[in-house]
Amino acid sequence: MDFNDPQFRVKVGLAEMLKGGVIMDVTTAEQAKIAEDAGAAAVMALERVPADIRVQGGVARMAPVEKIREIQKTVSIPVMAKCRIGHVAEAKMLEALEVDFIDESEVLTPADEENHVYKHPFKVPFVCGCRNLGEALRRVGEGAAMIRTKGEAGSGNIVEAVRHLRAVQRQIKTLTVLDGHELMAQAKELQAPFELVAYVAEHGRLPVPNFAAGGVATPADAALCMMLGAEAVFVGSGIFKSADPATRAQAIVQAVTHWQDPTKLVEISAGLGEPMSGLDIGSLSPEEMLSRRGW
Amino acid sequence: MRVGVLALQGDWQAHAAALARAGGAAEPVRTAPELDAVDGLVLPGGESTTMLNLLDHGAMTDALRTRIETGLPVLATCAGIILLAREVVPEQPSLRLLDVTIERNAYGRQLASAVVEVRAAKELGDGPTMEGVFIRAPRVRRTGPGVTVLGWRGEDPVLLEQGAVLAATFHPELTDDDRVQRRFLRRIGGSR
Repeated sequence: MDFNDPQFRVKVGLAEMLKGGVIMDVTTAEQAKIAEDAGAAAVMALERVPADIRVQGGVARMAPVEKIREIQKTVSIPVMAKCRIGHVAEAKMLEALEVDFIDESEVLTPADEENHVYKHPFKVPFVCGCRNLGEALRRVGEGAAMIRTKGEAGSGNIVEAVRHLRAVQRQIKTLTVLDGHELMAQAKELQAPFELVAYVAEHGRLPVPNFAAGGVATPADAALCMMLGAEAVFVGSGIFKSADPATRAQAIVQAVTHWQDPTKLVEISAGLGEPMSGLDIGSLSPEEMLSRRGW
Repeated sequence: MRVGVLALQGDWQAHAAALARAGGAAEPVRTAPELDAVDGLVLPGGESTTMLNLLDHGAMTDALRTRIETGLPVLATCAGIILLAREVVPEQPSLRLLDVTIERNAYGRQLASAVVEVRAAKELGDGPTMEGVFIRAPRVRRTGPGVTVLGWRGEDPVLLEQGAVLAATFHPELTDDDRVQRRFLRRIGGSR
């Protein structure tokens, strides 16, 4: 893999610009405007937020074309959109729509249970979810320019995001203390491309920015993700399923900037109204867990 | 000499790393007291609307304007130049300290982002071109009489200087070329 390829550099470059920011799920232009005014670094256009997908069921697909266009017309910040895992046609349409980032997302119903999109030939960058380092490096191997830990979308429960962030960080740290003789065995264990395993061992980080997602409902949740090594945070249902989306969105934006300052976090977290109601992950069957989609 | 990088949002860590390579250790600036303590400041790339929002909520906007007006050396890239511009298209608030009119995302969305050769003015030294990483870049539409152009993309001014302010529409922090960083660090040394 050529990390110096100009196309790959500008893909990762946009991910760099989003660091320290909050990317917010929106389903309408009005929500996108609220997100931008609250300080979102980007918005994610989708048909339904994960909490609704969970309740309503049915097949979750790419957002309607007119909805994406409307959101693009309304805000000046980057507009991302989700395609189904392995849905090459949706991905190509999103590129033709000139979205700024494509999220090949487990939140939508997978189109291919075996293969993810081969992302290198696209000019538009991709972000993909992961639960561990091996999954992250497989996606980077396919061309993802940003990784986000999956968490459990639409749950309002941070426990899965923490599990995935911890797993990735622990596996990265482990690689840095192994010697060269041990790396191929690690590549086999992680089921990841050897050269990417070697990169992580040498640099102590992923070759692309590492964001967090799934279950963020409060400023404290966002701060926790940053403490565990996330470089930015995606918030889905947590904002527009809460009592006061604009105020909560603004607070989460500030929490991602000031995560190291508990006094500020206290100040930020006062007077936000009710958060979204959460789900006990233990009550979900494995089939109900969105994070199990993809591999 | 203390160099700060505005660390509210954006690629401030890339800036800190690039400054370290050029011989200057940088510290993150997130609050008004931290801003008070530095002798030079980087306004990084990122989203200008997000940074404006966080500056306002941290009651830092006026303090930042005053420090730059009174000669604080500044290096601004991409979103940073938008924060400084006298006039932004489409209209949005700014510090109005750099006498330019700038149009946001004027080359297009992410699909138009590219690595492009930038023609470098002689006073930068080290050869006539530099690598320009343009990410959803803004475009300078007008420069005032007090502004010196130090780099061009085709006919567009992309690297500018006005007093102690050095500003680029691209991202020198994402390349190995440290001419811009070195010029900025020399400014800080000279301002004391």
